[in-house]
Amino acid sequence: MKLSFAVNGRKQSLDLDPRVTLLDALRDHVGLSGSKKGCDHGQCGACTVLVNGRRINACLSLAVMHEGDEVTTVEGLARDGPSALQAAFVEHDGMQCGYCTPGQICSATAMLEEVAAGWPSHVSADLTSKVELTQDELRERMSGNLCRCSCYPGINAAIGQVATEVPAEEETAD
Amino acid sequence: MKPFDYVRPGERSSAHEAARDGGRYVAGGTNLIDLMKLEVMTPDTLVDISRLDLDGIETVDGGLRIGATLTNSDLAADPRVRRDYPVLARALLAGASGQLRNKATTGGNLLQRTRCPYFYDTDTNCNKRTPGSGCAAIGGETRNHAVLGASEHCIALHPSDMAVALRALDATVEVEGPDGAPREIALPDLYRLPGATPHIETSLAPGDLITAVRLPAPSGDRQVYRKVRDRASYAFALLSVGAVLRMENGRIAQAALAFGGLAPQPWRDREVEALLTAETPSDALFEKAGEVLLAKADPPPGAAFKLPLTKRVLKAVLTEATQ
Ligand SMILES: Cc1cc2nc3c(=O)[nH]c(=O)nc-3n(C[C@H](O)[C@H](O)[C@H](O)COP(=O)(O)OP(=O)(O)OC[C@H]3O[C@@H](n4cnc5c(N)ncnc54)[C@H](O)[C@@H]3O)c2cc1C
Ligand code: FES
Ligand code: FES
Repeated sequence: MKLSFAVNGRKQSLDLDPRVTLLDALRDHVGLSGSKKGCDHGQCGACTVLVNGRRINACLSLAVMHEGDEVTTVEGLARDGPSALQAAFVEHDGMQCGYCTPGQICSATAMLEEVAAGWPSHVSADLTSKVELTQDELRERMSGNLCRCSCYPGINAAIGQVATEVPAEEETAD
Repeated sequence: MKPFDYVRPGERSSAHEAARDGGRYVAGGTNLIDLMKLEVMTPDTLVDISRLDLDGIETVDGGLRIGATLTNSDLAADPRVRRDYPVLARALLAGASGQLRNKATTGGNLLQRTRCPYFYDTDTNCNKRTPGSGCAAIGGETRNHAVLGASEHCIALHPSDMAVALRALDATVEVEGPDGAPREIALPDLYRLPGATPHIETSLAPGDLITAVRLPAPSGDRQVYRKVRDRASYAFALLSVGAVLRMENGRIAQAALAFGGLAPQPWRDREVEALLTAETPSDALFEKAGEVLLAKADPPPGAAFKLPLTKRVLKAVLTEATQ
């Protein structure tokens, strides 16, 4: 089946079996091996990519469902060098084996946008007020990304640093 | 995965047509694709409804009309839901992960299938997966199985958090048949108890398309959703309680209580609600409510812990909601 979509800003036209997941399409057909396959069942977050700016598990989505979409992988986050989050992960040693790292970084990139948009989380005491990205909030919002090496202290420190460096935009939801 | 055809209709009439030919709808895909990988579900044709323009949310008659393909993230972030239906926002936010909620949809969440491990494991017997084959859960590992509403043929739970809140909020579901004819189903009538046919989970016929969920104007200003699970996040409920309550002059004027993790469908017990109505809150009253709720409970051995857990959590939820 024919599919055209944009990956990291470049148009891709593929001819795929409908069974191919977005994750396999990115890795095996577009040739971007940054996104990782941990569980292949939505349970670990290693495959997290951004689709039209939102984070999703690429393993639980069929490539053919993404006609016309804009997909960003960890490779696409680096523009003129590493993104702030990518640099912070290096600085804070937010990895050991590194397998979960692309998913962590894609997830955190979109998570910060969600905070900026005022989305509440399970641990938000008040559903309607502005979100403060406390450590509790950060951990809850990143719970969809597991790290088998348990590098959570470094991961949280890296994300926490970027969250304070880039002040959240004005809340858009009331 | 078994091979299948994929179609992506741009309008509802073509979706209905594809469904009439035996197609199965896919929305976010987070449950269906998972089950297709394991060959627990093997549709011949997938009908992608994600571009059907069913992702709106609007205020209707003082309530809300929530599109079937609106994502769980967008629903939980909607200012009206956060303000007027916090039990729903909380239930959604307690489910899955940020990534999954960005794909999961209203309709798909309602129709997601059980997480019973034997349903997932095609090497074991499961009456839901293969009618008549038996139930490997009975006599097996039953930590997260039903204590109410199960049958000798199936003890699987309905896993949704969102559906528990919708049940407490008296939601109804708008459906279009494969001939395009619309109808509305009250949420309790959507789900069926397993009985002797656990593979028939809902009252929907093949090709029925959920188009929206309707919420009446909220009837109670005290809303609580509490979920207990094996880890603090990104896990299904062992137990959850959604409460919508109204107090008048220190008495409970109205109480709607729905439970997840207890039964094959989001559970509600009118007897419990009647017992609470017009009463002054007290520990003794809340304990009585727990007794009545579980009077008919018949837990498999592994899930016996849910009985004391349910009583304690219910008491805590009612205490919070009546303060
Ligand atoms: C790791 C993991 C953890 C999770 N944790 C939780 C949790 O804690 N709490 C929770 O509640 N859920 C949890 N979920 C489940 C998740 O909420 C569901 O997978 C999701 O809501 C399904 O929505 P979907 O749009 O992706 O459905 P799909 O997978 O697209 O569809 C599911 C079913 O619904 C049918 N369908 C979909 N839309 C319609 C429609 N409009 N009309 C008719 N039929 C339709 C499909 O044919 C299919 O049978 C978890 C999932 C995973 C993978
Ligand atoms: S590989 Fe997708 S969530 Fe684990
Ligand atoms: S660094 Fe090894 S899994 Fe996270």
